[in-house]
Amino acid sequence: MSDNKNKDYELQVRRNPQSLLEEYPRKGTNIQSTHYCAGCGHGILHKLIAECMDELGIQERCVMISPVGCSVYAYFYFNCGNFQTAHGRAPAVATGISRAEDNAIVMSYQGDGDLASIGLNETLQAANRGEKIAVFFVNNTVYGMTGGQMAPTTLIGEKTVTCQTGRDPDYAGHPTHMCELINTLKAPVYIERVSLANPLKIRLAKYAIKQALTVQKEGKGYSFVEVLSPCPTNLKQDVASAQKFIEEQMEKEFPVKNFRNNLYTKEPVKRPASDFSTESLDKIFNVNRGEGTGYVDDEMEPVSIKVSGFGGQGVLSAGLTIAQAACAEGKHVSWYPSYGPEQRGGKSNCSVVISNETIGTPVVDDIDILIALNKPSLEQFSQDVKEGGVILYDAKIGEFETNRDVKVIAMPCVDIAEEHGNARTANTALLGALTELGDVLKRESYENAIREMFASKPKVIDVNIEVLEAGAEWIKNNS
Amino acid sequence: MSNQMVKGNTAVVIGAMYAGCDCFFGYPITPASEILHEASKYFPMVGRNFVQAESEEASINMVYGASGTGHRVMTSSSGPGISLMQEGFTFLAGAELPAVIVDIMRAGPGLGNIGPEQGDYNQVVKGGGHGNYKNIVLAPNSVQEMCDLTMKAFELADKWRNPVVVLADGTLGQMAEPLVFPEKAIEPKNDKPWAVKGNAETMGNLITSIYNDFNDLEDFNFKLQEKYAKIEAEEVIYDEYQVDDADIVLVSFGISSRIARSAVDKSREKGLKVGLLRPITLSPFPVDRVKELADKGVSFISVEMSNGQLLADVQFAALRKDDTHLVNRMGGNLIELKHILAKIYEIAGIDDEDIDLSERSEEKASPNIID
Ligand SMILES: Cc1ncc(C[n+]2csc(CCOP(=O)(O)OP(=O)(O)O)c2C)c(N)n1
Ligand code: SF4
Ligand SMILES: [Mg+2]
Repeated sequence: MSDNKNKDYELQVRRNPQSLLEEYPRKGTNIQSTHYCAGCGHGILHKLIAECMDELGIQERCVMISPVGCSVYAYFYFNCGNFQTAHGRAPAVATGISRAEDNAIVMSYQGDGDLASIGLNETLQAANRGEKIAVFFVNNTVYGMTGGQMAPTTLIGEKTVTCQTGRDPDYAGHPTHMCELINTLKAPVYIERVSLANPLKIRLAKYAIKQALTVQKEGKGYSFVEVLSPCPTNLKQDVASAQKFIEEQMEKEFPVKNFRNNLYTKEPVKRPASDFSTESLDKIFNVNRGEGTGYVDDEMEPVSIKVSGFGGQGVLSAGLTIAQAACAEGKHVSWYPSYGPEQRGGKSNCSVVISNETIGTPVVDDIDILIALNKPSLEQFSQDVKEGGVILYDAKIGEFETNRDVKVIAMPCVDIAEEHGNARTANTALLGALTELGDVLKRESYENAIREMFASKPKVIDVNIEVLEAGAEWIKNNS
Repeated sequence: MSNQMVKGNTAVVIGAMYAGCDCFFGYPITPASEILHEASKYFPMVGRNFVQAESEEASINMVYGASGTGHRVMTSSSGPGISLMQEGFTFLAGAELPAVIVDIMRAGPGLGNIGPEQGDYNQVVKGGGHGNYKNIVLAPNSVQEMCDLTMKAFELADKWRNPVVVLADGTLGQMAEPLVFPEKAIEPKNDKPWAVKGNAETMGNLITSIYNDFNDLEDFNFKLQEKYAKIEAEEVIYDEYQVDDADIVLVSFGISSRIARSAVDKSREKGLKVGLLRPITLSPFPVDRVKELADKGVSFISVEMSNGQLLADVQFAALRKDDTHLVNRMGGNLIELKHILAKIYEIAGIDDEDIDLSERSEEKASPNIID
């Protein structure tokens, strides 16, 4: 062979896979070599992943996520789209990427501190959702980057700078078995633990990585590969003792095997394309663009209404019906519920303000019309009714008197509702009375509001409209 | 009229969807949960993405990932969740990723209760995470603005590649008002040149907040400050009500500003020259306008549901502490009109026997409202 040919050959052998950069300009200085220590597993794993990307022809679709840990700079090396993320959050970031770009092949590359400690929740949850991501988990039993602290995967008796006499399970628990944990979940498609202890095992590791990426290429869901990996620097080992440590200690604690392979049986997860059209949105929100929008500026005095009672008496929906009617007439209106406790059956009230101008406070302190469905609220809010205002209440509450200049109407709203066969419409009977008290809103607006409010329960529309009318009739005859 | 009565929390989702938001990530918390409920209902109806995240840390990091692909994305929460998201905020700011976060404030500190408050002001306006960054913060005060400012938030987030917070409170989330729907929906082009989409064109791109070289990171920090200066120059929005001839100017945002507006009307009935300055952008703050008014010699009253957090910004902008006053409630209590009026009358030097401040409103104080 000529010298030239020799060089070509050498280059071919030494050349990085296409999915790894040939030089690392993002590194800044010394761009020919990686930042990893000699004998570190990260570099080997990078190369294996990149070879698989090449062989599967997926380089362009790939997005690599660099974690926090020694592989924080994985983006120096991978020749594909790159993200760097916060410590432990890579699976959440991966979820975001994958959901937004369904065609992307998302890889989350994480160490044991990152994945099994600070990010354990994100790890398990993303796995459990079956996100379309490949997770490469570098288990080196130690926090490499921060100077060799104990990791979740540190072996019993293994010395680190934060367990200087060796990990004691009584104080620091036991090593975390991630493959086994993830294997308790239903969604993952592929789970395997591999080792980088020797060349043969490295070849087997590559096979697993390729399977994991094939799951992604075919859009089938979640794949997880745990890689037992040397950190000679922090474990103070040379190449031979690092290999020995992995084979004789790590592999004993963390069995190297396939835990699950559903690559060939799992169907791809299909996600629909997003629809951004005005038409579709108008449809789901029932927007009717034929009619005008905006506000009608008819002269009127602002009206403040308070509806009050117990949760479950239809207090909030009565208020909302009034507001809906006002809205349909192009009035300014606000509806403000006292929120929270009513769901647990306590007192409930809402304020409705109707005006022809921008409304200031939506909370009604000075009440024009009080509708009270129970005694405590009648007693509480009657104080706040203005001079010249109206108190309309359920006659079942009993006698109520005030010496102030306020019109007090006790209405047999429950009886009226029962006459129409539905006691639950008592609140609607009160609204009927409201249509005849002053001329704030038109009766038909209330009727339309009822139709809209009960659009999903058409059966009760008619009875509510009857009761509304009956309430209006009653007040005409009784005031 | 085809105005629709809509709750504030729903209006947020409507605004987001008409703004072309493609992904929603969130975790339940009262009083923001309805945004999550509505998003889970409507996003999938048009093939868009919804994920109930495992925590707010996860939500904001899902936002980080999805935003990095160039899509319009959002999350929403309330105080305790927003606190958890602070890591994500600073990473978004550091990677210059656009994102919309809606904070429906509740009362704190700690678990507090689910009543309305504005105590997240500093955390959100000053940027609660580490580093020299800022959020853009929009403060709606009506259901219409819950929709419109959410739309605006997406526009600003993309324009400035920065997180934008829509800062509202429990009251605005729960109340309903007529909504005039957006004229048309935005169909995002996603032509952001920096995005990483998992395709050939964007292979060379990198989303990161790392700058190893100290000088590079310092340069980046200076660049961020230049960006914030531009935002301050271009994006300040505020609303004024009867300010021109006012001797007393109320400064207030969100639900407090609605009550403050009523206080202006009431005081004007008494012949008092009172006005309302309502910052719509809390960051950037309308510093220049406050200074102008300060130079005219007005009295300021900060009307807020927090411990003077807004007042501090008013004083900072006015370059004075004297004749700046605070009317506030906390703990889940709404500001009451009478408290604002009492302070106005005190400053104006009139007596009003009708105002009784001795009683605290009982109505809104409810047991067991922690979610
Ligand atoms: C929130 C947060 N806490 C702590 C750190 C510091 N930190 C950086 S790397 C690291 C541990 C990484 O260990 P591991 O995930 O095992 O990766 P390795 O270096 O071993 O590959 C820690 C704690 C950080 N960057 N962020
Ligand atoms: S410290 Fe360990 S994990 Fe980190 S680069 Fe060195 S050998 Fe690799
Ligand atoms: Mg490690």
